[in-house]
Amino acid sequence: MAMSSASAINPSGAKPQPFFAPGRVLIYTLLIVTSIYYLIPLYVMIITSLKDLTMIREGNIFVPTLRPTFDAWIKAWSAACTGLNCTGLAPGFWNSVFITVPSVIVSIAVASISGYSLANWPFKLAEWCFTILLVGSFIPYQVFLYPLVIITREMGIYSTLYAVIFVHTVFGLPILTLLFRNYFASLPEELFKAARVDGAGFWRIFFQVIAPMSLPIFTVAVILQVTGIWNDFLFGVIYAGPTNYPMTVQLNNIVNSLQGVKEYNVEMAATILTGLVPLSIYFLSGKYFVRGIAAGAVKG
Amino acid sequence: MKRPNPLFRNMSARIALTPMIFIVLVVFIGSTIWTVASSFTNIKTLPIFTPREFYDAWVGFAQYERLWNTPRWITSIKNLAIYGILFSGFAFIIGFFLAVLMDQKIRAEGVFRTIYLYPFALSFIVTGKVWAWIMNPAFGLEKTVRDLGWASFNFDWLTNREMSIYAVVIAGLWQGSGLVMALMLAGLRGIDDEIWRASRVDGIPKWRTYLQIVVPMMRPVMITIFVIVASGSVRVYDLVLALTQGGPGNSSQVPSMYIYEKLFVGALAQGTAASSILLLATGIILIPWIIVEFGKKNRG
Amino acid sequence: MNTSVAVKDLTLNFGASTVLKKMNLDVQEGEFIVLLGPSGCGKSTLLNCIAGLLEINEGEVWIKGKNVTWDEPSDRGIGMVFQSYALYPQMTVRGNLSFGLKIAGTSKDEIEKRVARAAEILQIGPLLDRKPGALSGGQRQRVAIGRALVRDVDVFLFDEPLSNLDAKLRSELRVELKRLHNRLQNTMIYVTHDQIEALTLADRIAIMRGGIIQQLAPPQEVYNRPVNLFVAGFIGSPGMNMLNGAVVDGGKSFQVGGTKVSLAGYDGGTNIDRSKAILGLRPEHLLIHHEPEPGMTIPALVELDEPMGADSLVWMECEGHQLSVRVPVENRPTAGTTVHLKVEIHKASVFDAESELRI
Repeated sequence: MAMSSASAINPSGAKPQPFFAPGRVLIYTLLIVTSIYYLIPLYVMIITSLKDLTMIREGNIFVPTLRPTFDAWIKAWSAACTGLNCTGLAPGFWNSVFITVPSVIVSIAVASISGYSLANWPFKLAEWCFTILLVGSFIPYQVFLYPLVIITREMGIYSTLYAVIFVHTVFGLPILTLLFRNYFASLPEELFKAARVDGAGFWRIFFQVIAPMSLPIFTVAVILQVTGIWNDFLFGVIYAGPTNYPMTVQLNNIVNSLQGVKEYNVEMAATILTGLVPLSIYFLSGKYFVRGIAAGAVKG
Repeated sequence: MKRPNPLFRNMSARIALTPMIFIVLVVFIGSTIWTVASSFTNIKTLPIFTPREFYDAWVGFAQYERLWNTPRWITSIKNLAIYGILFSGFAFIIGFFLAVLMDQKIRAEGVFRTIYLYPFALSFIVTGKVWAWIMNPAFGLEKTVRDLGWASFNFDWLTNREMSIYAVVIAGLWQGSGLVMALMLAGLRGIDDEIWRASRVDGIPKWRTYLQIVVPMMRPVMITIFVIVASGSVRVYDLVLALTQGGPGNSSQVPSMYIYEKLFVGALAQGTAASSILLLATGIILIPWIIVEFGKKNRG
Repeated sequence: MNTSVAVKDLTLNFGASTVLKKMNLDVQEGEFIVLLGPSGCGKSTLLNCIAGLLEINEGEVWIKGKNVTWDEPSDRGIGMVFQSYALYPQMTVRGNLSFGLKIAGTSKDEIEKRVARAAEILQIGPLLDRKPGALSGGQRQRVAIGRALVRDVDVFLFDEPLSNLDAKLRSELRVELKRLHNRLQNTMIYVTHDQIEALTLADRIAIMRGGIIQQLAPPQEVYNRPVNLFVAGFIGSPGMNMLNGAVVDGGKSFQVGGTKVSLAGYDGGTNIDRSKAILGLRPEHLLIHHEPEPGMTIPALVELDEPMGADSLVWMECEGHQLSVRVPVENRPTAGTTVHLKVEIHKASVFDAESELRI
């Protein structure tokens, strides 16, 4: 065993670490460099939206302007042309709200009660249906596109808000029911027994005992649904009807049907506006968001 | 006293589960059967329902033959393969790489995770729009790099028939690799700390521990992530729509776009045939996985 | 005395296996009966069937002279206390106590009266406005008992209520429960795997194994005259010593190895010889003598002893068996010496080795 040479240092106490240990520097460098790849689009979106058209033509997409203006934002909101109307994205925003809020409420209501029934009052037919539901969640939605048109037409709600709410409930059901069922099944069984001895029935146990204990899972579900439904495009286009097109549809139509010059700054402003709601939820909810997608992703 | 009819047991639960059961039977099972059955007929704009109508309209595999003789369909399948493989592969690699970096007990982990994951909170339309802007030949990346002096730099992927699908891959990776990272990180965190301690005592360098010990231990998580990523990429639609509209020409067409067009523009049977092919593809990805999963459950 | 709770030919299947087989049990009014047994013996299952939380396959459950076999738990006139207390976490103690009463439509005044009474009996008055999260384990268990008390019922069911508590708290609450029973004189059916709880609390113990009641008798009888080998080994700590041998001399002696012990004075019937029998002797029923008495003592070699405070448990080797003997600590014999154990035959039990029944 080699002995250290003339140095007379006796190791004692904590080992001194150089502040910039090479391994750590590499790690942080890699992290920062990759962060740039992720941040560039956001950066570009923002600075482009703050320019006017001359700056765009003459300038460089990575260089911000020294004279930022919110004109593009205002135009995007109230005057941009989507399709035949030039009323901006504002109507689309409200449509998205009218689609998202009821859809989130209905889909979570149905899924939570279904999950509760499956967890605490199971019976054979329900178990089978749930398994099929889970398998069905993997089926490409294209298989359901036209049949859902037929079904909503038969229900008399095709091309209305009700249709798109129904569709979102249908497609949210597998993941959400799984989420709720697993959560409720993990609650102590004796609590449920005590409530039955107290005389509480199916609905009372749900509303007065189970639900108050389940705030975390409801939060995760809401975040999952709001993000997914707000960002939806296809179901909005097919089922909601032209007067109810959500913001994402309008955003898509801005660029595809502009008369005259392409207004990139307006386009970027519109893009930011559309992404604002889910992004805010994301930044505000952090941990719950991650828990939501992790829960959504880990099926079974 | 007569024994109460078992059918009336748990009445509330049965009533509460009616929506789920209805959705499973009518929407999931019903649609799948209708879609597959319709793919063997020659319906164009009007859906059919009765066995008699199906009998009259039956054409065997004619739709499928036509499908595989349509160049646009072949292109879309090719693009799906390219997108699916590249997206899944790189998402895996980037996601794993980032997850390993994040696993090194870095400071400001929350900040980095927020950065890598925020694109996932955005709509595909938003993603498509912003990348369309960045990759814009006239004003975007190409112009910027050329202005910096590299006069022959080419980044005209959006207008290049050969490269348009790869542009979609880049945008898709930006949106989705953060999710893979989050899931991988969760999997890494599930590895018992003692494994690390043991390998350190054994003198195994960290990178080898990751590759030869940890990765094999993460196999179930990896398989789950793979299934999610793969089945997600089969459905890609909004992104292509917003980024390239399937163009230039039909060069970046994907199956879901093809299906959407056929369903709503007078070629129902073709659309359902194409959907059935997607269903088959998904089944091929999934069935081995389901067998393994359920096999494990029955044994355990 | 009237029958308070009766179970008739109750059978419960879980899938392919039968957990309870044609079980019959009569519990008298005001009786404290303990269902005792190892895990999986079906005691909790039986309790849940009586409560109505589990559906039975065959048989009937009667409470207070009424056939409640298909009645909901809340209609059976029972109160139940669970192992994990099962308090509603979002409600205060008061809320927990009054929840069931509100559902039943009891008037506000009546609810207040009952809550106050339960609080007084269990000494939880100052806790009424706290939430379960702010209570200690012992306090939570009192609230759980309180929830059953306010229901003003005649039958209380306890499902291993003390198992989640530490040893000290367990012995404190055990005494409280006995006090409670003395005061209220309600019928109580109590499930536990702890024989100390069973011996101290019960008027009668039902020892269960594999879904069948092995013996139903007051604690002393179960202790002194266990009906079979299983009961003998289950009750009593440290366990009963078992000596393999045979009944000989027309039932007058027990032969173990080279020694014969007289069975005169044995509390049981032994007129026939049995070639395979087991003599069961509790550690405190063996006395150490230094001189042999033929027919009354067994020679044994002292191996080691375990001092346990006031007594010592001495382990000896005897005719190929290991025996434990309880001795006051100052009289411990030295290791390596041979002693002669006098058998208190009137406290012993002899079992037929094949049927495992006490003779």
